[in-house]
This record gives sequence, structure tokens and C-alpha cells, in this order.
Amino acid sequence: MNATGPLAQVRGAFSVSAKRGFEVLFGKLAFAFAVIVIVSPAILVFLWMLSLSLKTEVENTAFPPVFIPGTLTLQNFYAVFESSPFALYTLNSIIVSGTATGLALLVGVPAGYGIAKARSNGIAVLILIARMTPGLSYLIPLFIMFRVLGLTNSLTPIIITHLVITVPIVVWIMIGFFENLPRELEESALIDGASLWQAFWRIALPLSRPGIVVAAILSFIFSWNNFIFGVVLAGRETRTLPVAVYNVLTFEQISWGPLAAAALVVTLPVLVLTVVIQKQIVGGLTSGAVKGG
Amino acid sequence: MSVESPGGIALGRSGNPAVRRWQYLLFAAPALVAVFLVIVFPWAFTVFMSMHDWGVVGSRTFVGADNFLRLLSDKRFIESIGHTLYFTALAIALPVVLGVFAAVVFHRNFPMRGVLRAIFIMPMMATPVAIALVWTMMFHPQLGVLNYLLTSVGLPPSLWVYSPATVIPALVLVEVWHWTPLVMLIVLGGLASLPTEPYESAVIDGASAWQMFRHITFPLVLPFIMVAVIIRAIDALKTFDTIFVITQGGPGTASETINIFLYLQAFAFYDIGYASAVVVVFFVIIVIFSLILLWARQRTLWVVDN
Repeated sequence: MNATGPLAQVRGAFSVSAKRGFEVLFGKLAFAFAVIVIVSPAILVFLWMLSLSLKTEVENTAFPPVFIPGTLTLQNFYAVFESSPFALYTLNSIIVSGTATGLALLVGVPAGYGIAKARSNGIAVLILIARMTPGLSYLIPLFIMFRVLGLTNSLTPIIITHLVITVPIVVWIMIGFFENLPRELEESALIDGASLWQAFWRIALPLSRPGIVVAAILSFIFSWNNFIFGVVLAGRETRTLPVAVYNVLTFEQISWGPLAAAALVVTLPVLVLTVVIQKQIVGGLTSGAVKGG
Repeated sequence: MSVESPGGIALGRSGNPAVRRWQYLLFAAPALVAVFLVIVFPWAFTVFMSMHDWGVVGSRTFVGADNFLRLLSDKRFIESIGHTLYFTALAIALPVVLGVFAAVVFHRNFPMRGVLRAIFIMPMMATPVAIALVWTMMFHPQLGVLNYLLTSVGLPPSLWVYSPATVIPALVLVEVWHWTPLVMLIVLGGLASLPTEPYESAVIDGASAWQMFRHITFPLVLPFIMVAVIIRAIDALKTFDTIFVITQGGPGTASETINIFLYLQAFAFYDIGYASAVVVVFFVIIVIFSLILLWARQRTLWVVDN
């Protein structure tokens, strides 16, 4: 009740008790209504996706729509995994996002440290601009380059392009984390004769583990969600999940059940990860977002 | 200690901060190489391609500014700028208004706040392609759940993304659903940093809740709202997944934004040189927004620090 404290005091001080009871009740009801209005679009869309994925085709195309499934079926999920190599596409997505995130941590964590310590705004701006630029703009030259190099039918080009997403995210988050780290421990290590690398490796890095976890999860999520690089670069065997789902749309005209099931398969891991780090997203990353994205 | 490792002391005491700074920048070297390879080099190469007539088979002739002049007289491109600005304006305004409202609500304490807030931020993380598919089904004029909801409260059904008149607002609806949580988070961070003194004196002066919001909260969180506006502007300008999956720029070219136009030129018509010119123009627009963002960030920090 931190910021509403004064408000409650006002009510306490100036309302007559009978009138006050009504006002408090009314205020609470209005507030509850506001909360419901704000949260329900999110819940309803996800529930509708779940409902579509668990219903039979007859119920999915019924009008008026069937909200609570009459018969629950997993048929749609079987259909998705049978009609296309969805397990392979899932594996592709894990490999692409995992590798792109791993590489980004490898180069991005030290970079975030160096940039934070050197207070290098120039490099920070470069990373920021990279983050602002639409993915498509990198894609044309990279597409041509991969063709020249003959890299078209493997996951390598997709992983490389995903670095465009993951490296800026990791660097940006780590700059914020290292800027807020108390510097006394490193300073005293340096005075005791440690090298800069030792101060980073032995002191700053272990302290920044929570930041690294958040950076890794966010970078994985945004890589996992990425569609545009895959849709241009992926062949039949190298599709990532978002591309695979999009292809379900183009092939199955109005088969809503499998479509919703595929959509759910793609986005469920991300939603689970979001719940895992929701505290950090709300708390720590709020300042990160204000710092630029 | 100091006698044994003079090098350590030179570093540690840092008689020369400039040297230390360069040593710290070495930490960024691998990342800079990566950024150069996948970001800077493609930019440079794109500028090079934009001055050529570049077919996908590898034919190439230098044409100077021809691609850019062609863009200026390409009605479809000019229209795509209009669509982009229309889409962007709506996709900034609505999430910002709703996001500020949601932030004010979530700033208060109430039962289950943590759970509800987690649910509220989920759309921001959900896979855009998957969500776009669900909205495609909801937009269906005959079988879609949205028209059912409209007609059940007595409103006329809408054609949503199937009519040129309503396609952009309908797409903005998806964008609002996705990105209002991000605005909420930024503004919530701002609200958390507010001092309590102004409220205490306003209470003594008998100010109403609305007056306090209008004259204290709003001006104090304005820098944060500004940052949200600009982040939103940049994201809205480059929206691709939602539009591509739901309409592919249609019906006709009614929802073709710059980004969709760019995709079609490059990967449907394989007009690489022309598409590169689009990238260059688009990039200039984005850089201008980035500079505004940095300016706003500095301003925000200044306001918050003081």
C-alpha cells in the first residue's frame, strides 16, 4: 500500500463513517472491475487457443462458437505431429535458440562488463541501433552471402542470423547489471594485484549470475519467437517452429484444431519460461527497459 | 604485495585511466567482431547493393541513385509509408493509454496481484506467429468468435482484416494485445520511483485522486511514458510477423507496410537492388527514432536524478 497510503489516509480523515463504508465498497468494486478488464484479454485469447486445440473440428467450426468443449480430444495434437515432422522442427528450434543464446552469452557477458566499466557510450549506441533495426534489413545481404558460401541447407545460417537478436539483448542487459554491481570488491582485488580478467572472472562474474540467467532466458525467448529469419532461410528440413506453424496455416485451409494445437506447442515453452522469470521481468528489467528496450 | 607485482599495481591504482579504459574495451572485442560480421557488414553491403540493379542470379550493373528515384515515383511504396504511419500512430497511442492505466492499477496492492501481473505480461512474450494464427481464426467474419461477441451485445458484425477500411485498426488490435504489457512495465517502474512527499502535501490540501494523478503522478512519470512511446514507435514501425501472417499486406495492398513491401521486393520479386534501397530509406527513419530515444533516455535520467 505504499503510494496509496496517503489516499487511504484522506478517506480515513475526511469521510463520515456511514458514507465511508459505501464509498470504500464502491471503490473496491470499481477497482476489481478495472483489474478484470485489464487482465481478461490476455486470459481469454490463451483460453480460446487452448479450447480450439482440444475440440473436435465440428465444434470448432460451429456457430455460435462452442466455448467449453463437449468432448475433449488430443486428436489435433496427434494430427500436428503426424502430418509434418514437428518433432524435428522442435529440435531445430532448440538447437538454433540454444546455440545462438550460448554464443551470445560467450561474447556478450564480457562485452557488457567491458562497456559498463569503460562507460563507452559509443559502443552502447551501436548495440542499441542494431537492436532498433528491422531484422529484414540484415537479411538480404546475409541471404546472398549464404548462397555464395553454399550454406543454404543447414541450421548454421539460421543460427548466425539469430545472433542479430541474441547478442544485443545479452549485451544490453549485462551492461545494466554490471553498472549496478558494487565496485568495491573488484577494486580491492585489483589493488591486491589481480588482473582485470581475474577481477571479472573471479568476482564480477559470480556476482552477476542472476543477471546472466535473465539475459539467457530472454535471449532464448526472443530467438525462439523469431519468424522472419527462418521463413527466408529455412528449407524443408531446417524449419524452426514458428515457420513450421506458419506452414500449417498455408496447407490446412480451415482446419482450426490442428492450427491451434500447433500454435500452442510453439508458444507454451515460452509462456512457462515467462512465469519462471516474471519477478525479474517486472522488477529488474523495468529499469533495463527504460535504459533502452 | 605491492613489491611482488608492480604490474598489478599499475593496473589497480590506475595511474592512467585511459589505458585502463582501453583494457576494459578489450572485453567487448569478441562481441564487436560478431556485431561487425552480422550487423555492420550487412549494412555496408546493403548500401552497395542499393546502387546496383541486382538480380538474384548474380547479374549486377551500377545504376547510381536510380533505385532511389524509382522509389520516389513508386505509388505502392508511397502508400506503404502511409499505411506504416497510420499503423504506427494507432499502435503507439492505444498501448500507451492502456498501459499507463494498467500501470496505475498494478501499482496498488490487491489480492493475487503477483499472479495477475504474471498473466498480464504473458502476451508480451508469446510467440507472435502463434498468436497471429489464433487472431486470424478469431477475425473470421462468419465463424469467428469476435463477430459472435459483437452481435451478442447487439453490435453489427465487422469484416475485420477482410476489408481495406478496417484491416489496419484490426491489426493494431493484435499489436495492442501484444505490447500493452511492455508499456505497463516501463510506467510501473516509473511509478515505483516516485517520491511520497508531494502526495502528502496534496492530501493536506484536500486534492482528489484524479487531481493528484493529473498534477503529480502524470508529470513525474512523463519521462517514462516518453520512453515507452519511443520504444513503441520503433517496434511498431518494424512490425512484421503479425501483418505477414494475418494478411500478407492484403486485402489488395491495404495493409502493406514498408516492412512487408520490403519483404515482397526482396524475397517474392527478387528485386534485390531495389529492396536494398528500401532498406536504406527505412534505416534512415529508424536511426532518427533511435536518436530521439537516446535523447529521451538522457532526459529521463536527468529528470529522475534531480
